Amino acid sequence: MTWYVLRRTAISCVVLLGISAAVFFLLHLVSDDPGRVVLGQRASQDAVADFNREHGFDRPLVVQYVSYLGQLLHGDLGRSYKLNENVGALLGQNAGRSAVLSLAGLLLALLIAVPLGILQAVRRNRLLDRGATAVAYVLYATPSFLLGLILIAVFSQFLPWFPAEASRSHSSWVVLTDPRAMALPVITLAVTSVAIFSQYQRSSALDQLGQDYIRVARAKGLPERLILTRHLLRNACLPLITLAGTLIPTLLAGNLIVESLFNYPGLGLLFLNSLQHEDYPVLLAYTLIGGVLTVAGNFVADLAVFAADRRIELSK
Amino acid sequence: MTAHQVSSAEVTEPHGAVPPEADSAELAALSPRRRGFSPRAVLRTLRHHPLGVAGALLLILVFGFCFLGPLLHRTDQTDVGLLNAALPPGPGHPLGTDTNGFDVLGRLMAGGRVSLQIGLLAALFATTLGTLYGAVAGLAGGLLDGFLMRVVDTLLSVPFLFFVLILSARFHANAVSLSLVIGGFSWLVSARLVRGEVLTLRVREYVLAARVMGTSRRRLILTHLIPNALGVIIVNITFQVADAILVVASLGFLGFGLTYPTADWGSQLASGATYISADYWWLIYPVGGCIVVTVLALNLLADALRDTLGRRAD
Repeated sequence: MTWYVLRRTAISCVVLLGISAAVFFLLHLVSDDPGRVVLGQRASQDAVADFNREHGFDRPLVVQYVSYLGQLLHGDLGRSYKLNENVGALLGQNAGRSAVLSLAGLLLALLIAVPLGILQAVRRNRLLDRGATAVAYVLYATPSFLLGLILIAVFSQFLPWFPAEASRSHSSWVVLTDPRAMALPVITLAVTSVAIFSQYQRSSALDQLGQDYIRVARAKGLPERLILTRHLLRNACLPLITLAGTLIPTLLAGNLIVESLFNYPGLGLLFLNSLQHEDYPVLLAYTLIGGVLTVAGNFVADLAVFAADRRIELSK
Repeated sequence: MTAHQVSSAEVTEPHGAVPPEADSAELAALSPRRRGFSPRAVLRTLRHHPLGVAGALLLILVFGFCFLGPLLHRTDQTDVGLLNAALPPGPGHPLGTDTNGFDVLGRLMAGGRVSLQIGLLAALFATTLGTLYGAVAGLAGGLLDGFLMRVVDTLLSVPFLFFVLILSARFHANAVSLSLVIGGFSWLVSARLVRGEVLTLRVREYVLAARVMGTSRRRLILTHLIPNALGVIIVNITFQVADAILVVASLGFLGFGLTYPTADWGSQLASGATYISADYWWLIYPVGGCIVVTVLALNLLADALRDTLGRRAD
């Protein structure tokens, strides 16, 4: 176990280093020089060159990358060009709001998908299963912005139940404690994930239903409800743990679109605004955080599967 | 001189000691081709998959709509006509006009053409790159394989929409550049997939036989490994086209798609969305429906193909 964790940690560190290099060099390859971005198009060439020299942007890229890594190790994500604020602080203001949105969406998705998937497996090829699969197919082909728009049209325009935009307040407390404004973004995120989760849950539950331990439990005369909740649930959820971990990049990208659609003040919206203003330190930091989350998600997923099913150790 | 160089030197003498007939016949007998690609196998597969047939038919409809439709329904998609802006569906404009006076039905066809072209081009580019990369990694094994695959893991850890957004925000995208960018970041899955396939193929008898006969690595990859992994590759292309169409739509929706007035479904939907409270439903649902139907058709087809041709790793 310890050896496994150590090895995985080492690989994760290498991957993180690779991500930082890939993003850093890509961004610098496509960006204007920082002096130009900060001082604007009308600034003189000399002023731009002075600015770049003063802040070290005239050094070779590799040197800049190494010094950026040094900063990162001290927890310093750099300074935003446009908002003139520490990037770490800037992200910190928005991270909580994004995290609550994503977690609420993920939780709601799992709450729907896990029972639905198991139910579909138990009632395989019956009307409910067929219907749910058909809906999942359509949802899977529906981009989250279209789904969000339809939800807005129905639950905000036609039936004025929920507002179409997130709360305008600067305070996270106000944003997060406004359940009516949170409802549509959370539902949009959840519904797009349900399609994937429920189909995975269905096939994993089908696998488990054919196993001997289920047959034994049935032979013992256990009530079907107990078999499903006590025995099947635990084992059939394993693939879903891994899936949720590996889906983090997709979920993050989904977050970006949903935040933009509902004007929800989170990291995704910050990213899009920074993109419009060529604010590269923010873009770099956000992309890095995305990478860290993904690596961490895979890591935790592996550990969780490992903890839930000790047999994996034997096969390694 | 390494063993690899020896074997490629030998193959320049055609077939060496083995008679050519024996070579091809023996290899054909050993090569199972069970998961390989053949048009007849695909048709046979589709016969047993009503959903796959539905997907294929839908796809033909979508292509006909986008590429043949403009011949029947001619519209002007270059000049704005503000006098005709935001007309509801009616005679002359079966789906109304948008807020710039473009005919919505004609714009759907134009946008669909662009989306399909980008989707196909991006998928072909990604697949070519990924297939070669995966085949090399799988065949090489050892340290090189480990390194190449860590590169893939690393790039897969960053949501590729971020990269594509950054690049398309910076450069004014046209259909070709956008396909290259999307393809350039979506080859990773096919690389992984093909590597996995090659790992299982390389220990099969016919590959071993070919190796013993001194086939060069390049020839091994091109004539034995890739053709036999083709089933998996084709299934993956179908999925990739669907994914690329969704990415193009997302970019357009976020405002980083193609340069105006080139139409694409995403930006069409985005401009319709700003008028959602004005009840201009014809600006939202037809284009939304087009995206869903196209992606759905591709996914249905891909799932049916996967059932016999191979799997897609996720």
